[in-house]
Amino acid sequence: MSHHIVELKDITYTYPDQTEALRGLSVRITHGESVAIVGANGSGKTTLLSHLIGVLFPTSGSINIGGYPVTKTTLPHVRRAVGMVFQNSDDQLFMPTVYDDVAFGPLNLGLPPEEVDARVTAALTTVGALHLKDRTPYRLSGGQKRSVAIASVLAMDPCILVMDEPTAGLDPFSRRQLINLLKTFEHTKIIATHDLDLVVDLCARTVVLSEGTIIADGPTLDIFSNEELLNKAHLEKPFRMQGCPICQRQD
Amino acid sequence: MLKVEANWIDLRYLDALSTQSTFIHHLNPCAKLITTLSFIIAVTSFSKYEITGLFPFFLFPVILFSLGNLPTAPILKRLLVVAPFILFIGIFNPLFDHTPIMKIGSVVITGGWVSFFSITIRLCLTITTALILVATTGIDAIGAALLKIGVPRIIVIQLLFMYRYLHVLVEEFIRTITAYSLRSFHGEGVQFRAWGSLLGQLLIRSIDRANRIYQSMLCRGFDGEVRLRRTSTLTSTDIGYLACWLIFFLLIRFFNVPELLGKLLVGVN
Repeated sequence: MSHHIVELKDITYTYPDQTEALRGLSVRITHGESVAIVGANGSGKTTLLSHLIGVLFPTSGSINIGGYPVTKTTLPHVRRAVGMVFQNSDDQLFMPTVYDDVAFGPLNLGLPPEEVDARVTAALTTVGALHLKDRTPYRLSGGQKRSVAIASVLAMDPCILVMDEPTAGLDPFSRRQLINLLKTFEHTKIIATHDLDLVVDLCARTVVLSEGTIIADGPTLDIFSNEELLNKAHLEKPFRMQGCPICQRQD
Repeated sequence: MLKVEANWIDLRYLDALSTQSTFIHHLNPCAKLITTLSFIIAVTSFSKYEITGLFPFFLFPVILFSLGNLPTAPILKRLLVVAPFILFIGIFNPLFDHTPIMKIGSVVITGGWVSFFSITIRLCLTITTALILVATTGIDAIGAALLKIGVPRIIVIQLLFMYRYLHVLVEEFIRTITAYSLRSFHGEGVQFRAWGSLLGQLLIRSIDRANRIYQSMLCRGFDGEVRLRRTSTLTSTDIGYLACWLIFFLLIRFFNVPELLGKLLVGVN
């Protein structure tokens, strides 16, 4: 299924205030891959994700998603193929009830009511939030909001899931539930995060960003074993790959 | 700061009430909306010196309070929040209107005072019933009902978005004020010099948030139109409910029931 390839070629992006956020960045992600984008604060992760959904367009270079070059005219196709889960669920859940929110995308696709209903039910069931369907989003807990936000994206039936800090602000239990849920998805996943233990669980491949460019791209475990690289990117080994300082204490 | 938070909790409380399951809550939102609108039109259509004719209208909120299983105190407390506005609307009437209307003993009651009381009663009635509508229907159902009776979509969507993000904005406001008061030692309240930058911050953050929401809408295929679910159809109960109240409103609007009752009891024609 070559048509779900995400390909960025020599992307440069400069913000209007002359901040160079991306500098000559190239990456190719094939169908079904699960890729983590890691890097320090301000290394360009969110800017990169914004390019994948056509919120920002590169100053130079080209992006190709699912066979379409990302331009203003192909945006409807691109946005059908890519489902984006935002960092702040409150930004994503804007409708009066959970049901309406999940139905928002399918209704915009012009699907018949029965199909919309089936999709909403299926998406909410997948994330285990069907019982919340008549609730108002602002009354939900952080974990519930995140689940519903993911359901609202799943209901669009995207091929590629893009997530910005999916575990930020979640308690350990909700975080574990989310990881288990994401493990069951067969979509191409692109996850920008600081949660490196999540990366170990979910992503076979890791791309390390530093100052708007890729400084490493390879198998997750190889990258997390390279201390020099991690230091350069303001990262540290995932906790489970570090020796336990309490158990190993010599005194 | 505490005051803002307290009112804020009240706001959520009204939403919680709307999820109850009573006869009133189960009625079609359209029926409830039209009843409330007719009530408001009937109450506001009286002449400015009318007081006695308004009293039978109290029956409507009283019955809804009882059938809708609504606690009176929290709703009346919210009425108190708008009380200053109510007072200001009519406060100048007694100063400008000196037409004598009646005499109690040696005290002459002027038209200004009568119209002031009339305005106060009307505002209390209409605001209470509007609050009751929210507490028995919920804002999303009201939105759908507004669409159904032909209110332009763009206005309804604005209303729903405003209500949805009111909570987020108030939370942001509370956080900002808390952060301010933790580092200010001038005592109570926000200094007048700080208001500018505080409000500016809030404005910028709101614009940023609006942008992010718009982006997330675009990601899900937003094309300028927000599609809402259809509401349920009118049942005979809904029509009966609507008809009964409409007839009652017409009756008490065109016949002054307290006056008629008074005449009947005293036996004067």
